[in-house]
Amino acid sequence: MNLETKAKITWCPGCGNFGILNSLKMAVGDLVKEGKARVEDFVLVAGIGCHGKIVDYVNLNSFVSLHGRAVPTATGIKLANPKLKVIAFAGDGDAYDEGISHLIHAAKRNTDITLIVHDNSVFALTTGQFTATSPKGFKSKSSPKGSIEKPLDPLRVLLSAGATFVARGYVGRGDHLKTLIKEAVKHKGFSVVDVLQPCVAFNNTYSYYSQRVYELKNHNEQSVDEAYKKLSEWNGRIPIGIFYRKEQKTFEEELFKVNKP
Amino acid sequence: MLKVLVGGQAGQGVKFAGKVLSQIFSKLGYYVFQENDYPSLITGGHNFALLTIDKKRVNTSHHKNVDFVIALNDETYKLHKAKYYIGEGSKGFKVPLGELASKVGAPQKYKASVAIGALCYFLGIDCSILKVVFRGKKEKELNTKLANEGYSFASSNFKPVMRLKKLPKPKEMLSGNEAIAIGAVKAGLDVYIAYPMTPSTSILHFMAKYSATKDKVLTVQPENEIAVINMALGSAYAGKKTMIGTSGGGFALMTEALSLAGMAEIPLVIVEAQRAGPSTGVPTYTAQADLDFVWGAGHGDFPKIVLAPANTDQALKRTAEALSLAWKFQVPVIILSDKHLSESYMTTDLNTKVEKVKVKFSKGNMRYKITKDGVSPYVIPGIKGNVVKVNSYEHDEYGLTTEDPKEIKAMQDKRLRKVMSIKKEIKKLKPYLVFGNKKSKKVIITWGSTLGAVLDSGVDAKIIQVLYLRPFPDISKELKGARRIVCVEANATGQLAGLIRRELGVEVKKVLKYDSRPFDPLDLEKRLEMELK
Repeated sequence: MNLETKAKITWCPGCGNFGILNSLKMAVGDLVKEGKARVEDFVLVAGIGCHGKIVDYVNLNSFVSLHGRAVPTATGIKLANPKLKVIAFAGDGDAYDEGISHLIHAAKRNTDITLIVHDNSVFALTTGQFTATSPKGFKSKSSPKGSIEKPLDPLRVLLSAGATFVARGYVGRGDHLKTLIKEAVKHKGFSVVDVLQPCVAFNNTYSYYSQRVYELKNHNEQSVDEAYKKLSEWNGRIPIGIFYRKEQKTFEEELFKVNKP
Repeated sequence: MLKVLVGGQAGQGVKFAGKVLSQIFSKLGYYVFQENDYPSLITGGHNFALLTIDKKRVNTSHHKNVDFVIALNDETYKLHKAKYYIGEGSKGFKVPLGELASKVGAPQKYKASVAIGALCYFLGIDCSILKVVFRGKKEKELNTKLANEGYSFASSNFKPVMRLKKLPKPKEMLSGNEAIAIGAVKAGLDVYIAYPMTPSTSILHFMAKYSATKDKVLTVQPENEIAVINMALGSAYAGKKTMIGTSGGGFALMTEALSLAGMAEIPLVIVEAQRAGPSTGVPTYTAQADLDFVWGAGHGDFPKIVLAPANTDQALKRTAEALSLAWKFQVPVIILSDKHLSESYMTTDLNTKVEKVKVKFSKGNMRYKITKDGVSPYVIPGIKGNVVKVNSYEHDEYGLTTEDPKEIKAMQDKRLRKVMSIKKEIKKLKPYLVFGNKKSKKVIITWGSTLGAVLDSGVDAKIIQVLYLRPFPDISKELKGARRIVCVEANATGQLAGLIRRELGVEVKKVLKYDSRPFDPLDLEKRLEMELK
């Protein structure tokens, strides 16, 4: 399936976003081929930042929203037409700084949308400042002596808030990431995929992640406790895969029950 | 003209009694205006409902020379002057409201219903009406019983004060917020999204109840106002006619996305019910001080429409109009209400004709096709063959981000061409209304609910209500030959007067009120006569 547009790609050579773009296109292609979705039903929603350009590069319905607001925009699209497959994209600054309150509520509601976070632990399009996921001591233009704040663990936060599909991917494992995106889209309820991604300009973590990342095997996806345990693994080895997955009534199902159709 | 005031603590059923009495007078064929005055608390404090009742249209509440005060507590006697009092105090007609309630086995909070019955007796209203004005299964029976107790106590101890005649045509009442909600529903609203904020909240209540019992309007209460407007834009993008509601503070949070609505050309109706500001201000009281803010809200140049209905009839009709304009021109439309309109009940013509908004969806992938009138075809996602890309970045005809100066200018020009198209359309919709002595050289200009007090002041002058505030209608022909022009509005700086200076180059005098209470027609009459001399 040709999903290209005439837009010229303006990411830096070697940017982690290319990996997400490729995995996304493959995932969409597969889902359409397998009869799991119609191509006209996909809607990609983006926030603002380097990540947001992704929707210009894919010939699918899209809505470039505001910084931090991709999730409420996606929620509005889904409730207006529940048949649509709505995938929201956000950077770590966009999702976990500016927009964190929306994520918590989307997880709590179990809105049937997918959120893919391009998590490079740095504000890149504004030329390098620390974000909610930058490690303590992270040196940037706004933290020249190193960030004084501890990072947020977003997936633990969202799991606590009620997310029913919690996953982490890595742009260096394209096929694995494709599978995660497919599973997230197929999941009925709020699914989040935090994608570890180097920023070649301001936070190049390729070798750091490549050395540490491993794929979850024999993990009990139905257990919240197991999910927390695996999510707290970070120093040394970093697990990727689906940490938690459970089907529960979605926001839209509940909404259409109280609002008589 | 008859004026009745019900006063008491929050929780004593002041607003309830006011509404029941309004119903009684409406059923008898009278015009009624019910103002609800209450502080920002849930139990205690002092609340009152003031009903102004007349054979001819009442456009606002009249605060002077109240005829009857129903006093549900001692404080009410001290706070309000009246010819007659009904209550447990020593002034006026002493009716043991609490005792009579206990006699029927009802708790003290039901005292108000006893007083309703007593008042009916003093006004010479037949007690049969008490059977039909209370609502709810259990409550109806109890309240009717209580009212009858009050009625028979008064009839065995006192003589009636007057005989209020029944008029031929019963009337209907709505609050401003109800009128806005009904107007939107009648016009075919699909989705209502709001976060609670006084005085807009009763729209949310109406919609939530409506969507739970009738079909079609989806009602959602998200986590904050930023989510409200961004969800609404998503919903309208997907093709649903969507409205949101808030007050000044909530609207402030929405302004970034308001600009997105302008840029992405997404139709949206926003109700901004003003309360006294700045900041948290005086939450349960009224003002018209958000005009400048709303008029100029949103960064960058983009077309938008701002209108301010003055009463429930206008609110009903013009909300439908707002929804229609939003979709016709794919722009945000802001309805400026205020507490005095939103939360007051007034006689309303429920037969006002409202046309359903029809939306034509097109096909293809050129969501931002350059057109002569600036309006591009509306395409929605989920349809085979459509690729609908909307964008907060400047974009080309396909919605793809652009930084090319030629494309940027072409798209900005396209959007702003809609302003001309909107101006043309609004001209046909009576963007301003003229009342009073149309030949007078004394001219009063006003907007929003303040029109009511201007009309009821009875001043001999030409009265212009500016209903559409953006684009600003050309009212200059109405001002030709005027000797005096006075602008009346409920804010401290004369925001409409400023707008008139900016738009028309005309300097006008100002009569302002900014103590968070609505204008009283008698006070206003005196002030206007001085200014118009």
